[in-house]
This record gives sequence, structure tokens and C-alpha cells, in this order.
Amino acid sequence: MVELKGLIRDNPETGIFRVHRSAMTSPEILQLEHERVFNKCWLYLCHESEVENPGDYRRRTVAGRPLFFVRGSDGKLRVFLNTCTHRGALICRRDQGNADALQCFYHAWTFNNQGELIGVPDEAGYGKSFNRGEMGLKSPPRVDNYRGFVFISFNPDVEDLVTYLGDARDYIDLVVDQAEEGMRIISGSNRYFVKANWKLLVENSLDGYHVKPTHKTYFEYVTSLGVKTGAVQTAFSRPARVLGNGHAVEEHDGVRGRPIARWSPLFGEENKEEIARIRARLVEKFGEQRTRLMADISRNLLVYPNLMIIDSIDITVRVFWPITPELMEVTAWQLAPKGEKDELLARRLDNFLTFHGPGGFATPDDVEAIESCQAGYKAEGVEWSELSRGMHREAIAEDELQLRAFWRQWYGYLSGLGKVETRDPVVRERSSVAS
Amino acid sequence: MPEASLRGKIDGGSNLREAVEDFLYQEAALLDEWRLDEWLKLFTVDARYVVPTTDLPEGDPKKDLVFIDDDIVRLRARVERLKSRHGHREFPWSRTRRFITNVRIKQLEEDKFFVTSSFLVYRFRMGEASPYVGWYEHRLKQAEGELKIYQKRTVLDMEALRDHGAVSIIL
Repeated sequence: MVELKGLIRDNPETGIFRVHRSAMTSPEILQLEHERVFNKCWLYLCHESEVENPGDYRRRTVAGRPLFFVRGSDGKLRVFLNTCTHRGALICRRDQGNADALQCFYHAWTFNNQGELIGVPDEAGYGKSFNRGEMGLKSPPRVDNYRGFVFISFNPDVEDLVTYLGDARDYIDLVVDQAEEGMRIISGSNRYFVKANWKLLVENSLDGYHVKPTHKTYFEYVTSLGVKTGAVQTAFSRPARVLGNGHAVEEHDGVRGRPIARWSPLFGEENKEEIARIRARLVEKFGEQRTRLMADISRNLLVYPNLMIIDSIDITVRVFWPITPELMEVTAWQLAPKGEKDELLARRLDNFLTFHGPGGFATPDDVEAIESCQAGYKAEGVEWSELSRGMHREAIAEDELQLRAFWRQWYGYLSGLGKVETRDPVVRERSSVAS
Repeated sequence: MPEASLRGKIDGGSNLREAVEDFLYQEAALLDEWRLDEWLKLFTVDARYVVPTTDLPEGDPKKDLVFIDDDIVRLRARVERLKSRHGHREFPWSRTRRFITNVRIKQLEEDKFFVTSSFLVYRFRMGEASPYVGWYEHRLKQAEGELKIYQKRTVLDMEALRDHGAVSIIL
């Protein structure tokens, strides 16, 4: 039995927040996470643009479970557990494709792309009780789509997706509204494994504090291209935001530019005009204030528990799953407006692969950093990780409030408390520190 | 380690194969020995170095997401980063060993060659061994008696960067 009570020290009196490192190393805790987090929450599966045409399908593993999603001949996107209702073999055995029907190779049962069982060899061999209508492919209990982002839940009683997303919705809207004709996932994905606990990538992805020290070589590179990175010194001083339900966002000034409407040298002279045009369109449609939010601010959004939408010099969609307590699988995609001009798309992709890609100038160092943490835990002796930064003041983006929000909700789910308050409690010493 | 000459006239036949293979082995040696500035000199100024993602080996960097798409400016920056103590994934440097086989050569023009080869690159670091397996596509041209790379494409056969976490070395 895991003693959960001792895992987090959250003390408003002293302004100290600590996480016990067994949360990153214990197989029992991972088992609990499967039961109480991944089997309870909404989980990101895919973007609807990944199966654009009737018959398009892709397979994907979510929380260790093999699934596939397919756009039926009726145009509807469905999600299925990737297992034959007969004896269990995988039905979808290619990563992607297009088909009217999928046949299990084992006994040749055939299902159409809407999941109905349409062919059973020698069906007369089954008795009267055998009902083909009941033997269609099974879906996860809940499937829903928020503005193109498709989520599933293995929890039939989970609240509806919009309620679950809470204030994270606004931030998804800020991404989706950038496009005139909707968004699409660019072909080519990044699949890599990191020898660290999955929660360390949540922390890393929301952590503005590490950006300057860890990514020095990246900033040297973009400086050499003419980006004025002096502003990075203050880029992370915006107020920190937590969005409820464990969702959180780390917002910073988009000093390196934004593919929508904020030009920087990373986007090339050839795109200056196009970016100005996009900005004008946004202002016309959404007004100055919202345009500034969409165009000038970069943000790393966590949709609890493990979807990151990094709306920055590109739009990275990143999801990561624990394999063991000390190993995770990461997949990252690039989201872009449909119909984006070739030159701008090229720069967006450049920005992704130089920063967010595992062959870039930044992500390899994030991988190194969190693997290094995981390796350090083996020293034992130091039992707690320290996450108090900003707890004594109005936290800013490079504080650790977003991380605490994640951890508080994590504890809420694990201990059965459900949704909990994830903001920092009001700290007594705050006023004295501020003065 | 003996150094193969990159110079020498190529007049087809066995000389061509010898020169191209020597060139590939020399490139591998420079990388294994972390002589990155010398390695950079193997490229023309208009060169391109591309590594597609594992799920889209035919990926086109103009419209698809790839792992690496370097022109000479970014390639130089990559080398600078790898030489920096702030390039954390490779500080300290990993040990690598490159094996190159199955070299096939097609002459495109009098002084241009299309070369494919298979590779196995072992990377050892922090107690872990991670092999990268795949094939190279080198486009070489001969200028002033020297072979230079004007395009290098490194296609990975692995389904994911499972043991690697990143493409932190030059492949």
C-alpha cells in the first residue's frame, strides 16, 4: 500500500512546496496513476485533420492501450479499441492507411470502417445466440472533440469535455482562431523515448525558469540570426496562470516572433508582408486586444494530465505516456493553419525543428536535463524535490506555480479527493516580502 | 589513425569507388573523432543536411516535419553548439563508432555522384548504448580535385528514437 499522504508537502505558512521523489520512481505509484489518472481523465488522442478523407485511419497507443481511429465512409470520425471482438488480435496493423474495411488476419473476420462486423467465415458454425450486430468493434466509453482536438476517456462517468477543459478552453481557442480555414497536423511526427518519469516532462514543459540557463546555445544561435534575445531576460515575467482541474499555462512575450502576426528575423524578409496581412485580418476579426493575445504572446499550455500545446514560434502538440516509472514515450506534431503560405510554413517547420524537435538546439538538452534528474534520484538520501519558487509572491511565469498546480491536482486524483484548488494558498508573508 | 586522402583524380571504374569509399570513411572518422570543424569543410557552401522523421522517411523538409534540415549556416551553428559546454546532451561528448557498408555509386554528371550506403552508428554515453541504423544518401561533387558533399540525407530505419531520446550527434 502506498502512503500518499507523505508525497507532497504544501505549506502555505512557510511558503514551501515539496514533492517526494518516490513519486518519480515507484512502480506502485505508476499503477495508481493508471487507475486514478489515466483511467479517469480525458486523454488526448488525435487531431481530426489526421484522418481527413473517408476511410483514412491511424493507430495510436493511449495510456498503454492500442487504439485506432478512422473516418468512416459516412464521414464520421470514430475511435476503436484495436482488438478483434473474436479472439483479440490487433485489427489495425499498419500505422496509417485508407480502407473501406479492415480484416482480422487470424480468422478473417471483417469490419467496415464504421466498426460493424460485416464478414464472418462460415458463420453457420455459430449457434442461434451469436449476434453479429453485437460483435462490432468496441469504442472507448467516451469520445469527444473540442475544436478539432479529439479526446477519449476510459471513464464512462467522466464529466463532459468542455467542463473538464475549464479555462484551458480559452487557450485552445486562441490557437484554433489563428486559422482562417481550420488547423491541420503536418505530416511527419517526432517519436522519442526519454528515460525519465513522465511528470518530469510536464514540469519541464511548463517551466520558464530553466529556459535561460539550459538553452543558452539555442539563444546564441537565434541571436546570430538577428533575433534580439536581450528581451528574453524579461520575457518570463508575466503573471503565472493556473486554469483549474490541473491545467496550467506558462505565458511569455513572443520575443522570437510568432508565425501569426509577429515578425522576427526567424521568419525571413520574404514573410514580412504575409505576417502583416495575417495581423490585419486578426484585428479585423477579433479586435486589437485579442489580436495582441494571439499574436504577441507565446504560451505553453498543459491540458491535464499530459497534453502540451506549445503555441510559440510554431505550434507544437506534444503528448507523453509512461512506459515504466523511469521511461516515457513522447510524440510531437506540428499544427499549422490550413492553406498557410509555403514560405511561412517552411519557417514554421524550421522553428519547430531547431527548438522543439529532438534533432534541434534545445529539446535534446531538455531530454538530458530530465534524464539527469531521474538519474540523480538514484542517489536517494535527498528525498524531496523543491518546487516553492514564487510561492511567497504573486507568481510569475518563471516561477513554479504551474508545476504546483499540476502536482496539487495529481495528488487530488491519486488520493481520491477529485478536483482540488490548484492555486497557491494566500501566504501570510506575502505582504511583508512585497514591501 | 591513417588519413585517407580526399584528393586524387577520379577517372571512373575502381578509382571512382575507391575515392568515394575513402571519402565516406574519412567523413565517419572525422565525426567519430569529433573533428567537427574539419568535417564541415567536406560541405559546399550551398549544401543541405537532412534527417527525416522515423515515420516519414521520404519527408520533404519544405512541407513535412523532419528531425534536421540544415543549410550551411545552421550546420555551422550545430557544430558550434556541439563544441560548447552548454550543449548539454553532448557535454561530455559521447563515444561513437560508425560502420558504413553497401556503398552504391551512380554517376549523375561528369563531376557529380549519387552515393547510397548503409550505416550503423553506435553511441555510448552515461552507461547506455544506442545504435542508430539506416542509410545515407550522399550527393557529391568534385571541385578543384576534391570531393565535396552538396547534399546529405540520413534516413533512419528505427521506428522511433527508442534508446536515443534525441538526434544529438551528427549522423
